[in-house]
Amino acid sequence: MGDNTFAKLVNASTRNLEITDGSNIAVIGGGPAGSFFSYFAIDFARIIDLNINIDIIEPKYFDKAGPTGCNHCGGIISETLVQNLSAEGIVLPSRVIRRGIESYTIHLETGSAVIETPLNEQRIASVFRGLGPKGEENSNFESFDGYLLSLCKEKGINLINARVKELERHEDGIVVKCTGVPDKKYDLVVGSVGLNPGALSLFKNINPSYIIPKTTKTHICEFYMADTDIDKYFGNSMHVFLLNLPNIKFGALIPKSNYVTMVLLGDQIDSKVVDSFLGSKEVKGCFPKNVELKTLMHCHCFPAINIEGAKSAYDDRIILIGDSATSKLYKNGIGAAYITSKAAARTAIFQGISKNDFQNHYQKICKKLETDNNIGKFIFGVTSFIQKSELLKKGLHATILDEQNKINDKRRLSSILWDTFTGSAPYSSILQRGLDPRVGASFIWNTIKQTFT
Amino acid sequence: MFRRNNTLGHLYKDGEIIIKQGTPGNCLYVIQKGTVEVIKENDGGEIKVAELNEKDFFGEMALFEKDLRSCTVKAKGNATVLTLDKRSLYKTIQNDPSLAFRLLEKMSNRLRETDQKLAY
Repeated sequence: MGDNTFAKLVNASTRNLEITDGSNIAVIGGGPAGSFFSYFAIDFARIIDLNINIDIIEPKYFDKAGPTGCNHCGGIISETLVQNLSAEGIVLPSRVIRRGIESYTIHLETGSAVIETPLNEQRIASVFRGLGPKGEENSNFESFDGYLLSLCKEKGINLINARVKELERHEDGIVVKCTGVPDKKYDLVVGSVGLNPGALSLFKNINPSYIIPKTTKTHICEFYMADTDIDKYFGNSMHVFLLNLPNIKFGALIPKSNYVTMVLLGDQIDSKVVDSFLGSKEVKGCFPKNVELKTLMHCHCFPAINIEGAKSAYDDRIILIGDSATSKLYKNGIGAAYITSKAAARTAIFQGISKNDFQNHYQKICKKLETDNNIGKFIFGVTSFIQKSELLKKGLHATILDEQNKINDKRRLSSILWDTFTGSAPYSSILQRGLDPRVGASFIWNTIKQTFT
Repeated sequence: MFRRNNTLGHLYKDGEIIIKQGTPGNCLYVIQKGTVEVIKENDGGEIKVAELNEKDFFGEMALFEKDLRSCTVKAKGNATVLTLDKRSLYKTIQNDPSLAFRLLEKMSNRLRETDQKLAY
């Protein structure tokens, strides 16, 4: 190795890449991850008296109904995220919340049970990421993603409606080339492009070591119903299904204003799997009698979800966040976007924007989520095992019903299921509580009782 | 009774007490919608200390000390209030200390306001 090359390497590894007064940051993608990053980065900069400029570059219009503004998501803001956002001063307004969720109803082949939210409060929000399915143009509601972007704009962050076509690395920054907008050089480029393959490849081009996340297909569908019918048949309850159907780990029906969103999670969900779910008597039983469910279907899609995080989601002056980096397995993707975005903003503003900075301060947060997801895989393995056994499901059902007569602290299994299905707690916390001998004893006792009934 | 709602938290009716002075507490509250009044009760009388609105929080002293609630808070008109559980908030702050920035900033503002009131 020549002296010159060695000097360059040393220089590159030790140079002080950091955000300073007047720095420019491009955030590519204006979904929750991009908005959270921008919101917190500008706040952190203000705390240490830095004036920075942030441009969010997003081609979608979240104030439009239909696919133009849709971000293909079930649209649940978990209890934990609602609390964290409130503590941050982000209170979701009524025009964004399609329905406050106060309970969930678990459906098994052996019966159903309602589990109320702790503290008798509506603590989970159902939202639309865009304005909603086609036909929602004149609704008084606002999209969740659009609302977060409006908070960013209030803080002086610029929104550029454009599509990025190329990223080009220079010695002193990264040039972002967009359609219809002049090229601009940035000190830091943040990738919050979800799992969009085209957009991810832009980052792969300037950061070849980046390995994109592994994904699987899921299914989301919107059923249009009169709001009074939704009140009558679904109430403010999220309906979850643990049925013994192939490929399906979990199904949910989420009531919104005048739509019910169906989410199916599992392995390679396709039309056949969807039909088997819709054909089950437990799902049909949630809707008005004699209604052909397919006639209520307004739109549907098979979006990809993240099942294994990316590798090397950062480099000098580059950081990927949200789904483009990692997520929470099956649940609470928006909550995971909040965690990674905020960690990236903290690192960029307080530590620096070199590869080393991101490796030392950001990577550990992604790693923690990944480790938790591995525990999540085990937990979903256990629920899949229970799903296949009628006796265990009877035991589960009996335990939940038994617990509803007890005070909150004693509803141990219910709280475990609540957190598993709503994504409110880390999987590690769910496992820890699941290992409590009192949970196992109660479940086993109720299961034994079922063998004699 | 079924109530369709697109506001999060618990709905308190006008005049309904959310926290009562002298009672133990372990939660922080964030106003989601509406207004609440903070009242100091002494010797049978009541003094209105503050009026809080959407996004404001109260009950924060319970996060840091194990004392009884120092004031009564009640809804002024209908108010929807979200409860933030002390234990889960601390767990989050453990992972992300910056979550406490806003709480500290607000508490610092309140101290400054109190100082100003005392000075005049």
